[in-house]
Amino acid sequence: MVTDQERIAQAWVQVRSVNDPEIPYLTVEEMGMVRGLRVEDGQLVVTITPTYSGCPATDVIAEDITTAVQALEADARVEVVLSPAWTTDWLLPSAHEKMKVNGIAPPQGKSADRAFLTGQGKVVPCPSCKSDQTTMVSAFGSTACKAHFKCNACLEPFEHFKCI
Amino acid sequence: MTESQHFAAVLRLGDDALVLGQRLSAWCGHGPILEEDIALSNIALDLIGQARNFFTLAGQLENQGRDEDALAYFRSDREFQNHLLVEQPNGHFGDTVVRQMFFSAFALDRCAFLARQTVNADVAGIAAKAVKELHYHWEHAAQWVIRLGDGTPESHQKVQDSVDQLWAYTGELFTPDDVDTACAEAGLMPDLHKLQSTWRDKVVACLERATLRVPEDGWAHRGGKQGVHSEHLSYMLAEMQVLPRTYPDATW
Repeated sequence: MVTDQERIAQAWVQVRSVNDPEIPYLTVEEMGMVRGLRVEDGQLVVTITPTYSGCPATDVIAEDITTAVQALEADARVEVVLSPAWTTDWLLPSAHEKMKVNGIAPPQGKSADRAFLTGQGKVVPCPSCKSDQTTMVSAFGSTACKAHFKCNACLEPFEHFKCI
Repeated sequence: MTESQHFAAVLRLGDDALVLGQRLSAWCGHGPILEEDIALSNIALDLIGQARNFFTLAGQLENQGRDEDALAYFRSDREFQNHLLVEQPNGHFGDTVVRQMFFSAFALDRCAFLARQTVNADVAGIAAKAVKELHYHWEHAAQWVIRLGDGTPESHQKVQDSVDQLWAYTGELFTPDDVDTACAEAGLMPDLHKLQSTWRDKVVACLERATLRVPEDGWAHRGGKQGVHSEHLSYMLAEMQVLPRTYPDATW
């Protein structure tokens, strides 16, 4: 007899194999989007929370996780919960490291600090040359979760994962 | 607060977000610069995401089997209860950012209240997510109003005209009807008169930094919350709804 705990542990292995479609070198776990796994009335349920209200990746992520866990249990399902709201504070430390390696400046500081909104708050170091001399070009980048920056030292444009 | 008032309040939150999101999405591919094209499209996406959440919840409250698509695509103009401000045409870029500044200042405070209230936990959950996004929308629009107002004589004049033109649509935001009053008394929605004073402080500070003249309060357009809209909404809905109404089972 497989216990619920064993089922959840096995399902976690599957969930960990799912990557974010927009940032494919990060797993959904590293993104902090997987809020928990549980067994409810015998059914395996994975709870996820979207990063932004309109993030088009959320539907794809829910589908990918469903496929991954249904490989183990055909009736497993994914539940999207909005509360508590996702925050960049939930990104795992490994996500920060991988972003840097891939040319994205990770969020600086905690989400409660709103100075970042005007681009005049935290220094966002350039992920290429590490210079502190950077400027925000636009608070809205290629995806909802990223802002567009440029480095005044090496002149490279780069993306910054917004702190929310 | 009756059940139908509860439903109407949540539906209106969705209507404001959907109509403005649809308006902004028309900028996609037409922004004055690439960064703005992306910014306005991102804001549109946030708003449409918020609308989806509010519509899904409204459908559950109504309990008549209507989902987010039924509420977005299969209601006529008279059934939409958004504020008249959000349906006003995009005009030029200055018109769009002024409309966005006026609305975001209001929506941000409204949403902050919704995230704190304890009458409906689902509304609070959606709002807690949305409020983070609305901070960005407000900041973006306010920065542009300041830049254009305190810019060249031409940009100053154009954006002053936008402010003067749209000001008459801001009164409706703070004119409660039966639904607003009942929901405010129940603690679900904010007291609009309280919201008005914080809105005014923020907006006036922005306009002053932008060296723009604050228009005098006068006659205000109203009717959106009762489904009596400007003609602009009907054209927008016709375009937005044509595909699902023509092919109700279409998928992609």
